[in-house]
Amino acid sequence: MRVIIIDDEPLARSIIKEYLQSYKIIELVAECNDGFEGMKAIQQHEPDLIFLDIQMPKINGFEMLELIENPPSVIFTTAYDEFAIKAFETDAVDYLLKPFSKERFSKSIEKYTQQTNIKLPDKVLETAAQSPSQQNRVVVKHGNKIKIIPVTQINYLEAADDYVKIITAEGGFLKKRTMSFFEQSLSPYHFVRIHRSFIVNTQLITRIDPYEKDAHVVILNTGAKLSVSKSGYLKLKEALGI
Amino acid sequence: MFPIKLNVVNIKASPKNKLLFAAIISWTIISIIYSVMLTSLLNNFNLPAVQIVLDALINNLLLTGSCLLIFNNMRFYLPRIEKYWYVLTISFALSLICYFIAKGLLLWAFKNDEHYWQLFRQSGGIRFGLIFLLIACMSMMCLLLFTQEEEQSMNERKIDMERLSKEAELFKLRQQLQPHFLFNSLNSISALTGSQPEKARHMIQQLSEFLRGTLRKDDQNWSSLEEEIQYLRLYLEIEKVRFGHRLQTEIIYSDQISQYKLPALLLQPVVENAIKFGLYDTIGEVLITLNATVENDYLKIQLQNPFDPETSQPFQGTGFGLSSIQRRLFLLFARHDLLSTRVSENIFITTILIPQLK
Repeated sequence: MRVIIIDDEPLARSIIKEYLQSYKIIELVAECNDGFEGMKAIQQHEPDLIFLDIQMPKINGFEMLELIENPPSVIFTTAYDEFAIKAFETDAVDYLLKPFSKERFSKSIEKYTQQTNIKLPDKVLETAAQSPSQQNRVVVKHGNKIKIIPVTQINYLEAADDYVKIITAEGGFLKKRTMSFFEQSLSPYHFVRIHRSFIVNTQLITRIDPYEKDAHVVILNTGAKLSVSKSGYLKLKEALGI
Repeated sequence: MFPIKLNVVNIKASPKNKLLFAAIISWTIISIIYSVMLTSLLNNFNLPAVQIVLDALINNLLLTGSCLLIFNNMRFYLPRIEKYWYVLTISFALSLICYFIAKGLLLWAFKNDEHYWQLFRQSGGIRFGLIFLLIACMSMMCLLLFTQEEEQSMNERKIDMERLSKEAELFKLRQQLQPHFLFNSLNSISALTGSQPEKARHMIQQLSEFLRGTLRKDDQNWSSLEEEIQYLRLYLEIEKVRFGHRLQTEIIYSDQISQYKLPALLLQPVVENAIKFGLYDTIGEVLITLNATVENDYLKIQLQNPFDPETSQPFQGTGFGLSSIQRRLFLLFARHDLLSTRVSENIFITTILIPQLK
């Protein structure tokens, strides 16, 4: 069994390493300092299990998982994070609260060996993404690179089958999420869902024109034109206070 | 008038004395006015002195009784502003009662005196009018007095409550401890106990000392810069055990300003914020610089941490750290301009000004 530890604190990694020593069948294949290293190591080693810290530099543990196609089984390790714990409680996910004992650690390993290949439910990541630290940015994979997009830099979002296309000044990025997820999480940042297929950054709107019967069209300062449905128009009017 | 003057001295001493004094003075004034009016009225009709005195005495006693009744009644039940008609009704009813009792008593006392009977009937309207006027006056005075008193005590309570909540908020702000920091430190200690028990023990001592510092009580609201920096170093030592491989710190200040004062435990959350910001927004080594100087009677503390301008919006998400400092400075100095932040390339600079009390 191959495992990877991803945590930005060396001492936090060392205690897991120490606990792992008594398991002959477990091979520690990599130790990573942050989510970027973690992603690379997971792609390279294809581990069975990872120990993942939540609060890490640049991208947190959840955001790292979002970027991986087929994530391995995960045991989360965290010191204190209200939102993470809320996310874990929505589904039976194994997590260790730091500092944890050897006994508690053994239980987690046992649980894993008894039911291998526990797939992480999408719901966990969606709940975690509602935390204030994650809410104001979106992490996407762009080719081989990871891009962190602050929500203020998003012009609008467009539905694209199972994905949502995030349009910024630098171009479009795909993220596997639902439109209703973004509708909810972006609502504190002046974003309004104006159409089944569009969520717009209202601060960029320069004009709203009527278009055919009951429909409208918004024009952004970038020149983009987006159609507005009847119910979307009502939401937009409310958001802009007109 | 002499005893009244004596009472004046006691007013400030106790609010109850004040009430009593007000009652006595009102009643004295009212009865003097009433007696003088009644006497002069009756004098005009050439009545014997016995009749004048008895008449005045009975009327005065009745009036005193009514006033005491009103006074006591209002002490326990104070009508609202919109219920002033109630006061008038009560006064009217009381006046009627007084008038009829006086009439009954006096007419019974002088039942053989036709001249007095006639005079009483003639003066009935004026008598009743006078009684009503005086009772109504007394009621209004009581009403004003008690309303004012109630308002005053309400104001005092409000001020007390505001002061208490301000103190509680300041205390809470001072004591803010990031649970994340505490649990991660404990986890580091847990890791060290296996491999380096001596180091673990040292860290437990540092953490205890740090926690003791956060529990310092109200009587030490102000610290010297030196004390604060010492406390800060304790915190940084702990953070360096956790992030030693990435975290570097630099504290610059001259000995001349080491005794300048600042609110206790103000710096640590600001530094914590800078460290978190620096460590979680960048990858690689992080240098946190604290620079303390003095500028026109202000102690100026400047903190620098690196950040990534491409991915973060420092002005939007200054997070808990700085907003609580802002709030604390406002509660202490009633000013919003003591905390400022700015960005210079990839360095985030937080500046705090502490007015120096002379």
